[in-house]
Amino acid sequence: MTGSVRWEDDVRSPKGGDLVRRHRLSTRIWHWTNAVALLVLLMSGLMIFNAHPRLYWGEYGANPDPAWLEIGSRGDQGFLRVGKVEVPTTGVLGRWRDANGVTRSRAFGVTRSRAFPHWATIPSHYSLADGRLWHLAFAWILALSLALYMLWSLVNGHVGRDLHVRREQWSPRHIWHDLKDHARLRFPTGAAALDYNVLQKLSYVTVIFVLLPLMIATGLTMSPNLNAGLRWLLDLFGGRQSARSIHFICAGGLVAFFIVHIAMVFAAGPIREIRSIVTGWYRLPEDRAQESDAP
Amino acid sequence: MTDLVIPRRRFIGGFATAVGGAALSGCDVLNDNETFRETLRLGETLHHTAQRLVTDRNALAAEYAPSQMSPVFRSNGNVMPESASYQAHLADGFANWALQVDGLVGNPLRITLAQLQALPARSQITRHDCVEGWSAIGKWSGPQLSTILRQAGLSSRARYIVFHCADSFASRPYYESIDLIEAFHPQTILALRMNDQPLPTAHGAPARLRVERQLGYKQAKFVMRLEARDRIDNLHGGRGGYWEDSAGYEWYAGI
Repeated sequence: MTGSVRWEDDVRSPKGGDLVRRHRLSTRIWHWTNAVALLVLLMSGLMIFNAHPRLYWGEYGANPDPAWLEIGSRGDQGFLRVGKVEVPTTGVLGRWRDANGVTRSRAFGVTRSRAFPHWATIPSHYSLADGRLWHLAFAWILALSLALYMLWSLVNGHVGRDLHVRREQWSPRHIWHDLKDHARLRFPTGAAALDYNVLQKLSYVTVIFVLLPLMIATGLTMSPNLNAGLRWLLDLFGGRQSARSIHFICAGGLVAFFIVHIAMVFAAGPIREIRSIVTGWYRLPEDRAQESDAP
Repeated sequence: MTDLVIPRRRFIGGFATAVGGAALSGCDVLNDNETFRETLRLGETLHHTAQRLVTDRNALAAEYAPSQMSPVFRSNGNVMPESASYQAHLADGFANWALQVDGLVGNPLRITLAQLQALPARSQITRHDCVEGWSAIGKWSGPQLSTILRQAGLSSRARYIVFHCADSFASRPYYESIDLIEAFHPQTILALRMNDQPLPTAHGAPARLRVERQLGYKQAKFVMRLEARDRIDNLHGGRGGYWEDSAGYEWYAGI
């Protein structure tokens, strides 16, 4: 096995150019299951949001009540309003053309609300019932696969070995250094590329242990039956409409993570990265020893 | 990157558009596939089962203080039934109106509004959650459904209570159904009053179901008749309610 080692075996220290085992099967299966589930949940979730494109804080909130976020249209203009700040969004949010070229907008008092455009929703035509059908089914896939993955990652040591932020990584100097490297798109090479750096660890931990559990918990808090059965959830989030707002904000956080995640994959070498999350095998980047500005 | 014929950015952009477009139309194809939809509906069954497991059958929906009530409680759906008989009842203040209770009962009933008003009433300030996403808090008062069902003497074969309503959408009558767990839940009432006033027409006068652990479309307005049944798959569209039949909303609306 020249040039390829199971890194757990640690028979020798791998170097740049080596093909090494990077992602376990459990991590790869969960990554792709989760990716599909999240995309379907996001797009069907935007359909559900379209049924009432306003967000509130507290227990109640409906059209007569003040909304902290609203997507709508006025005349020919689509808009997004957050608090008192209003941004024109004609063509994308609130007013846009569908696949047949028909202009869709949200007129006050019309139940067929159109906030997010057809290319962002499942299904692409307005159907709250169908959006819920997809959303409520894929919620099971998300929740069960996350629970299994968390449990398995604790048992097999993935969390302790790969995601745990070590003490020296918490130092502001280390984090600052990592931030600079990221901003300059300078990624670790050789054996160092096997370890997640501190920003990677923090973002993965935030997604797995904060954002996804919050999505599930706030989703459950929107269920009127669970408000009776698990009353503490309702109190924890400060009401059903607050839970709905937090659900939307966390979804935004996951979209932000997705964008940065994809950008980093492309910056670090898409073929190398996608190969490792599909097959588990990772070609270590060559050392930059010849570069004059190497640290 | 001189070895790449197509510039990377254009390649990525084109690739993303092609994959995105295929995925999107793929989702629409799946959305219209009845087998796929039946598979997705397993999600609803799982939710229903899991929710029954973790929720005590008598667990109460949150009740609020008067200070927490919505300043304005919006109405939606049908706000004025068009049928001549309903209009006539509305005109004479429901003086000749009576709630019909029949189906699998030992003792079919006709209960006038005055008789309903004379029954022991329960008052509750609860939250109404529309499937669209909005919520409003209001006060509802009326007899518990269990009181009426006990008077009618439910047959042991009865499994569902169906609510036949005076309103309709494009000549299809509104109706809803619930199981006996919800029917005998202490907060399940036939509301005759809202916010300390007689039930307004827009909110379902003279009587509206309140089944507080489920979504708004279950809160049938303009209730004319209660029917106890052993099955609901042979009634109207077969899915147990107007919105379930016409748009495919979940029959179990606790989700």
